[in-house]
Amino acid sequence: MKLITVNASVTASNDRDAEALRQRLRAQGKLLVNVMSSAGSGKTTLLSSIIRDLPDVKIGVMEADIASSVDAERIEALGARAIQVHTSGMCHMDAGMTAAAFDAMQAHDADLYFLENVGNLICPAEYDTGAGLNLMILSVPEGDDKPLKYPLMFQKSDVLAITKTDALPYFTFDLETCIERVKKLNPAIDVYPVSAKTGEGMAALEKRLLNALDQWKNNR
Amino acid sequence: MHEMGIVLHLAKTLDETAEQERLTRIGKVVLQVGEVSGIMTDLFTDAWEYFKGRHPVLKDSELVLETIPAVTWCDACKREYPTVQYGKECPYCHSGETWLLRGNECIIKEIEAE
Ligand SMILES: Nc1nc2c(ncn2[C@@H]2O[C@H](COP(=O)(O)OP(=O)(O)OP(=O)(O)O)[C@@H](O)[C@H]2O)c(=O)[nH]1
Ligand SMILES: [Mg+2]
Ligand SMILES: [Zn+2]
Repeated sequence: MKLITVNASVTASNDRDAEALRQRLRAQGKLLVNVMSSAGSGKTTLLSSIIRDLPDVKIGVMEADIASSVDAERIEALGARAIQVHTSGMCHMDAGMTAAAFDAMQAHDADLYFLENVGNLICPAEYDTGAGLNLMILSVPEGDDKPLKYPLMFQKSDVLAITKTDALPYFTFDLETCIERVKKLNPAIDVYPVSAKTGEGMAALEKRLLNALDQWKNNR
Repeated sequence: MHEMGIVLHLAKTLDETAEQERLTRIGKVVLQVGEVSGIMTDLFTDAWEYFKGRHPVLKDSELVLETIPAVTWCDACKREYPTVQYGKECPYCHSGETWLLRGNECIIKEIEAE
């Protein structure tokens, strides 16, 4: 037997699958947004607001969940196209699973796709899904120290929505300190404080998403 | 489960390597696992023993795990310290403005194959 130096990440095959999916999406002009956060941060609520606010954009949602299909039903009730992806116990979506979900979704022709990843701040950050944009959600009740504890997800994200800002009066969450910590980890990240409940700040976040979609289509 | 996911990806990556390099049998697989990667080595080895049987190239393989020590960087005093011993708080200046430099990775270092 010979010794072969590999020096590759265990997930190298996933990185290749992710790049292939990204190129396919780019050629089709469809932007996939990978939404990552901890459980209960408000992903489904935020996506619901976006769908309501942008009736002219064709949106598709893939809800990854370990077991249930509650979230997909919530999205469908709004008239958007949604499918539920069961991860069969897996703590994250990988590129292969995302590509399969996207194929299943193609019956619905949309321009902007969201993947609601499994609620967890660690594992999803380690796997490239093939998305064109990574959107992280951090909610006020989780605390402003999360960038210190889970740096990787902040580093891998292009946009951060700090949500549930309507709850700021009830928590000791320092918005400025939090944003400072995030920017230190990832100077290029765009941060949007929002409340999906009151709608505050949502317009700016939605504008950022629409710009990303335009850019994606123009760079086809 | 975290370990199962990693093992699935490892097997797939090795299958692809075998195809590229025209290998028919992989023996030793040396992995470097970060001290704080969250990978439980026992679970990992068990999952590997289970999955390798499904991949013809890997069925006689043996996993060797090497540990990469975890190191944290303190942004307040610009020094490094061992993560596992001191955790989140810098032992020199007691700042909490610290983050992990290494120790979170899982890398395929080398393989023995024919
Ligand atoms: N006050 C307030 N509550 C919110 C806001 N957004 C979401 N919530 C509440 O937070 C809870 C969780 O919201 P979901 O949208 O289900 O969160 P999720 O991240 O999709 O949850 P999982 O899919 O289970 O991980 C619900 O009770 C929401 O009503 C907000 O902006 N303000
Ligand atoms: Mg949800
Ligand atoms: Zn220090």
